Amino acid sequence: MDRTLPQPTPETQHFWDGCKVGELRLQRCTACRESYFPPRPFCPACGSRAVEIYPASGKATLYSFVINHRPRPDMGAEPHSIAVVALAEGPRMMTNIVGCPQTPEALQLDMPLEVTFETFGAIALPFFKPAGA
Amino acid sequence: MKPRSIAVVGAAETTRLGRIPDMSVIGLHADAALNALADAGLTAKDIDGVATAGESPVAIAHYLGITPTWADGTAVGGCSFMLHVRHAAAAINEGLCKTVLITHGESGRSRVGSGGFGRAPSSLMGQFEMPFGVTSPPTMFTIPVMRYLKARGYTEEDLATVAVIQREWAALNPRASFKDPITVDDVLNSPMIAWPFRMLMCCLVTDGGGALILTSADRAKDFPQKPVYILGTGESVETPMVSQMEDFTSSRAFRVSGRKAFDEAGISPADVDHLMIYDAFAHLPLYGLEDLGFCKPGEAAGFIRDRNTAPGGVLPLNTNGGGLSYMHSGMYGMYALQESVRQMRGIAPAQAPGAKIAVSHGVGGMFAASGTVIFGNES
Repeated sequence: MDRTLPQPTPETQHFWDGCKVGELRLQRCTACRESYFPPRPFCPACGSRAVEIYPASGKATLYSFVINHRPRPDMGAEPHSIAVVALAEGPRMMTNIVGCPQTPEALQLDMPLEVTFETFGAIALPFFKPAGA
Repeated sequence: MKPRSIAVVGAAETTRLGRIPDMSVIGLHADAALNALADAGLTAKDIDGVATAGESPVAIAHYLGITPTWADGTAVGGCSFMLHVRHAAAAINEGLCKTVLITHGESGRSRVGSGGFGRAPSSLMGQFEMPFGVTSPPTMFTIPVMRYLKARGYTEEDLATVAVIQREWAALNPRASFKDPITVDDVLNSPMIAWPFRMLMCCLVTDGGGALILTSADRAKDFPQKPVYILGTGESVETPMVSQMEDFTSSRAFRVSGRKAFDEAGISPADVDHLMIYDAFAHLPLYGLEDLGFCKPGEAAGFIRDRNTAPGGVLPLNTNGGGLSYMHSGMYGMYALQESVRQMRGIAPAQAPGAKIAVSHGVGGMFAASGTVIFGNES
């Protein structure tokens, strides 16, 4: 079964284009310097439309997670993580932790992570793996 | 609103709860509505305001034969009915209508005449959450919990204890789906759904409905049932994406809604005799106790473990058995409200003796929205 994929909109296209070329693109406000996610063409902190797109470091820490023991058909048959990571730049995003066992022992809160991308046809999804793994 | 200016004069659930494969969603709405009308000694012709979620208020009004001068289709998930109570109170006080019917019906288990769970792939949830395998509430509502447990020093056993004590309440309720006693070990050994959540930490999935009828307090004494007055209400919304909630250890919507309701009622948590906190999952009563001010952050698990919320405790909580053991059709808020009204009427199966003030606190979506209603039984 094909993986459930996002359908980009004009306001989010830059993010998904970035994933295709291996870049995690965030936005920040040029007025108040706040970085934010998910994408939108204005700053949620101050309302300014003067925002810019920039490549994030790809560094993050594990903020919270579950291990889904009843995977959706497109996610395979084995238990897998659904996680929220705290990006080094501040915003948090949902993702999957890959490159390590999908167990409570291997998934420790606050562990350092780095972004990695996997391509599914026209879309690349941002996943995170243990830093240096 | 002015406290005690509005009263509940009709309240009922569907004739049956649980597994009802012979009724559709709108049929469940209507069954609950007809029961509530009978409870109030009214017919549909007496109703001039309609509010509902899950169905359109247009569909409900037409189906029941109501010609409303006010309609509210606020749909923010399971607490929508708390918001309907709040909006109805304002509408009645403003003179937009006199007698409001709020209905809920959901074929959560049998799925007769109901849609599926899903989000458009172009929505923000569709783009930034669905691709990572979230399925439904068990993999979404649970996302903040590992962070919460670590921040508070709570354990899996603390989550399990919530379910164990609610089962004690359910045992006292003949209409509860699950009544057999369970232990912490039973909960921890039940099938893993989404770590750290076992099946018995997750709500039931059942069919059912409920309805409420509200009018002004000056008319309320003319109805057959003991009026239940509204002392205060609150509402708020935060985010459609659980991954973007401001603080994983506290719900902003809970705090804002709760504060508004308590301020309006002019009471504090110490004045509350009976409490309902929407428990789609075992962590919600912990968040609710802290965010509404009943417990300091970090003290909610101990408060429950020490049996303060159990039968015989100082603060009876989720006395119908809750979403974990009583019933949960999908939008459970209506059943929390029904139990609050029963407690204020003094007719609940597990009645809190002498209770005068009851709080019903709801959640919508995955910490997306919240509504709070404070009831009293003295005019």
